[in-house]
Amino acid sequence: MKVKNLNTQFFRGIIVTTEKNIMIYYTKAPVLIFGLLFPLFMFLSFYLGRGINLSVFFPGFLAMSMFFTASSVGPLITPWEKQAGTYERLLSFPVSINTIILGDVAAGMIFGIMINVVVLIIGQIFLQYPINILYLPFATVLAAFCYSSLGVLLASPSARAPSHIMMFSSLIRFPLIFVSGIFIPLENLHGIGRVLTFLSPITYLVDLLNFSFKGKSHMSPFVDFSALFAFSVLFLWLANRFHRRNLIKGL
Amino acid sequence: MERQGRLERNRMKKENSVVEAIELTKTFGNITAVNHVSFAVRKREFFGFLGPNGAGKTTTIRMLIGLLTPDSGVVLIDGIDIRKNPIKAKMKMGVIPEMGNIYVDLTAKQNIILSGRFYGFPKKLLEKKADELLAQFGLYERKNDLVKNFSRGMKQRVNIASAIIHDPEILFLDEPTSGLDVQSQRLIKTIVNQMNEKGTTIFLTTHNIEEANQLCTRIAIIHKGEIAVIDSPEKLRSTFDTTQSVEMSFDKTFDDKLVEENDLVNRVEKMGDRWKLYTNNPDRLVKHLTKYAEEHGLTIISLEICRPSLEDAFVKFTKP
Ligand SMILES: Nc1ncnc2c1ncn2[C@@H]1O[C@H](COP(=O)(O)OP(=O)(O)O)[C@@H](O)[C@H]1O
Ligand SMILES: [Mg+2]
Repeated sequence: MKVKNLNTQFFRGIIVTTEKNIMIYYTKAPVLIFGLLFPLFMFLSFYLGRGINLSVFFPGFLAMSMFFTASSVGPLITPWEKQAGTYERLLSFPVSINTIILGDVAAGMIFGIMINVVVLIIGQIFLQYPINILYLPFATVLAAFCYSSLGVLLASPSARAPSHIMMFSSLIRFPLIFVSGIFIPLENLHGIGRVLTFLSPITYLVDLLNFSFKGKSHMSPFVDFSALFAFSVLFLWLANRFHRRNLIKGL
Repeated sequence: MERQGRLERNRMKKENSVVEAIELTKTFGNITAVNHVSFAVRKREFFGFLGPNGAGKTTTIRMLIGLLTPDSGVVLIDGIDIRKNPIKAKMKMGVIPEMGNIYVDLTAKQNIILSGRFYGFPKKLLEKKADELLAQFGLYERKNDLVKNFSRGMKQRVNIASAIIHDPEILFLDEPTSGLDVQSQRLIKTIVNQMNEKGTTIFLTTHNIEEANQLCTRIAIIHKGEIAVIDSPEKLRSTFDTTQSVEMSFDKTFDDKLVEENDLVNRVEKMGDRWKLYTNNPDRLVKHLTKYAEEHGLTIISLEICRPSLEDAFVKFTKP
């Protein structure tokens, strides 16, 4: 076989890796538990417990749900493949580590978008927001990309036991929920709490969704988009470094 | 005979190498797993990499396929530096890693097609090629079964089928038959041999001397991360002329001087009424012994020339 174009080969690798991930990992228990059940339980406990006005809370819930679903696929794939012995074969295909990382990111991203479009439609039936058609799709796609990249980054420790990685990744993901402006609106936060909020990538999606649904946001959407983009670049860069370094650990 | 033919072809071909390892070194902490290893595998060769467990076989093959970056040294695949141009180099190879596995959540056929998709074959062609391979590997009836339910041998067959879907120029196999049932072992050896005959260069690691002997046209013996010797199985055996011997027994006792003070004999071992005589020239020794028996009216009970085995070579080269 001749390589006509290395770029073609690069994109093909990403697509095939993504397809492989979709076929194999979407139905794995940890993905279903951490990606679907968790946000649902969080929603129920919060909503039922406090009896809060859903139309105020929905953008935050949607952001949380996106965060959990999109970031739940990534942490599973690499540890699972290392344990199953498929990772070494995958690396022997004409792919680079970046191909694999982006294929994993794409799988998490598509998972997040699919689930949350459903959540959005259900929410919209009941709540009927005047949706901003221009911002919402961009916000959804960029956020899914960002959170999925975080998920892939969380897969990079060398442990080959998927359960360890899932635990570790939850340990990182949970605090990000609580400092995200989902539960307490940004306006009401001051001091250290407010500073912490800006460190959570979820904050910016909450803000963007508030803007898309209610036309009202704390920051300018441009700032939100930029922040999500910057987080994505940071996560991908770190994922590349760590995955490369831990490439053969646990093979 | 078949191997002789292949050897001949190799000799006649221009000595262009498809895999070239130049001074490869890899350390893990304070273990030097591979130490300044150099060799060249020629086109269409069946190259064996033989060594005991922990010798550095897997580490070497991982450097050759670009999975591990050597601390120093260069790997050229068909002239392409694998570090500088990994994708291009990887397009030319198929790999069966030692611990490598296929996806157990996919069917046999899905695994093979997935593999082929990475090389950019159109789906239609892949369907056809996958079916052919499945038939060749005796798995056609099971092609739509999940690999989860397969035996180890069957999994390894799918593994190899997946690795050759793109007709690679070079096939790397890291101990492909270890731990498999005899039937799968035989099938794998036959198929790899056929591929070699059709022109694929094979790089096979093994700790099994007999396997190397059966299959390979050239063997490198690696021990403690260093290459001890590289040669054809025949040459490796004959390097050990001193380990050639003649075993014999006569019906009656005879003058010990015949064997003890014989210029042709290097060393003597007595095993009951049988003698094992180590010699550089078994031919002349046998003629001498028959003549002696004739002259002294002795009956030969047994007389046999023992060639050195590849095992002798291996033991000699891998002695600590
Ligand atoms: N990833 C690794 N980390 C640490 N040591 C390793 C690693 N891989 C191999 N080794 C060591 O390198 C040596 C050679 O191993 P290996 O190449 O697997 O040998 P073989 O395949 O011939 O059995 C062994 O001593 C082994 O313990
Ligand atoms: Mg090994």
